[in-house]
Amino acid sequence: MQFTINGQVHEADVDIRTSLLDLAREHLGLTGSKKGCDHGQCGACTMIVNGRRINSCLTLAVMHQDDDIVTIEGLGGPDALNPLQRAFVTHDAFQCGYCTPGQICSATAMIEEARMGWPSHVSERLDGDVILDNDEISERMSGNICRCAAYPNIVDAIREVAEAGA
Amino acid sequence: MKTFDYARADSPEAAVAAADEETRFIAGGTNLLDLMKLQVMTPAKLVDISRLDLNRIEDMDEGGLRIGALVANSDLAADTRVRSRYAVLSRALLAGASGQLRNKASTGGNLLQRTRCYYFYDTASRCNKREPGSGCDAREGFNRIHAVLGTSEQCIATHPGDMPVAMRALDVVIVTLKKDGDRRRIPIADFYRLPGDTPQIETVLYPGELITHVELPPAPRGRQIYRKVRDRASYAFALVSVAGIASVEDGRIASAALAFGGLAHMPWRDPAVEAALIGQPPSTEAFNAAADALLTGARGFGHNDFKLPLARRTLIAVLRDLTGDAS
Repeated sequence: MQFTINGQVHEADVDIRTSLLDLAREHLGLTGSKKGCDHGQCGACTMIVNGRRINSCLTLAVMHQDDDIVTIEGLGGPDALNPLQRAFVTHDAFQCGYCTPGQICSATAMIEEARMGWPSHVSERLDGDVILDNDEISERMSGNICRCAAYPNIVDAIREVAEAGA
Repeated sequence: MKTFDYARADSPEAAVAAADEETRFIAGGTNLLDLMKLQVMTPAKLVDISRLDLNRIEDMDEGGLRIGALVANSDLAADTRVRSRYAVLSRALLAGASGQLRNKASTGGNLLQRTRCYYFYDTASRCNKREPGSGCDAREGFNRIHAVLGTSEQCIATHPGDMPVAMRALDVVIVTLKKDGDRRRIPIADFYRLPGDTPQIETVLYPGELITHVELPPAPRGRQIYRKVRDRASYAFALVSVAGIASVEDGRIASAALAFGGLAHMPWRDPAVEAALIGQPPSTEAFNAAADALLTGARGFGHNDFKLPLARRTLIAVLRDLTGDAS
């Protein structure tokens, strides 16, 4: 099987049951994406596939052979932090850091969703521009759990980047 | 997870041809793979339908919309036509799951989402839905999230979805392709089954029958509301939800469609609820009569007794908002 992850083509021969998350972590050495619950509840495994954030634990690798897959490694690294990664450091938006790669992948795609005008459960109106205030960010990021409860700082970090890009 | 054969279909016809009794179609996989990991579901074969050309939302001649079965929950919720004409559907979708799951979960798959009954998920428990004839540990167990309407001796599970509740109020039609090549158009009113003696059979679909589209009729008159009550503000299943559509003319309720989530084995709708409202001026009396009609025959199982007053209050709150009545 052949996969395109972070713009690089990888070959791997894996069991048909292998999730996209296990493919990245166990077979391709891309260990940035984390396994929390393995049931789509915690968001630690979030990757961006064809521009969309998804739970990589709840999908089969074999179904993604033609897709454009982005993991945290593709967004930036220690030598070249992207704006969200920098904002998470500035705002102290983590303690243990286990959920952070998923938070950042999720937030990256979430900011795009808001730019496209997608409403959320807390949006008063279904039409018009989306302003990413604290309530909107909290609702839109509810698929990413932080066991250390660094939520206030996570929201601050995301809001700073969303406002800078607006 | 038990292993399985895997095949990717390149047309709906090829998908149904490849399916047998032990086959499951996989689209988003967010529910199916979760259950396969726990060995609650153990299909021998998966037919991957995710690449089929069923991911468009098209205008229909009579004014409705034709939704491909593979349209993601997020795309359906964000579609400008759905937002402006079928707000109850957008709101129901946005009230469900998380951003990541909505990006993956499909329209067809969401109709077929399995119950979140704890005992269905726990393979060490007895469950007539998972293992017919084994018994039901929910009736005497922790049944806080369970059904209060349409239950049977064998099963008190609920349907967990939000989207299907809105679709029930909107009277959608589910279009399928059968193994023999025939197409069926199934009104959602006829699509789901109550548990009865066969809680493992949840819909009228035949083995190997594929949902290809969902058709929305022309937009209904009046206001549309989806109200979901749950244990936390986001990313939780409904304890009670109400999809409501109603119009008021000359001070009287002219039309009403009300569907309920969290109360039964399927999205619940009862003509008696609407009959109690139509022709009446919006009032506390009329709203209570509608709630009485809804809850005739309802019963709790201990932990879920609270759903009876909760359903009444949620319905009344929705009716007040729909009719603009402040009483």
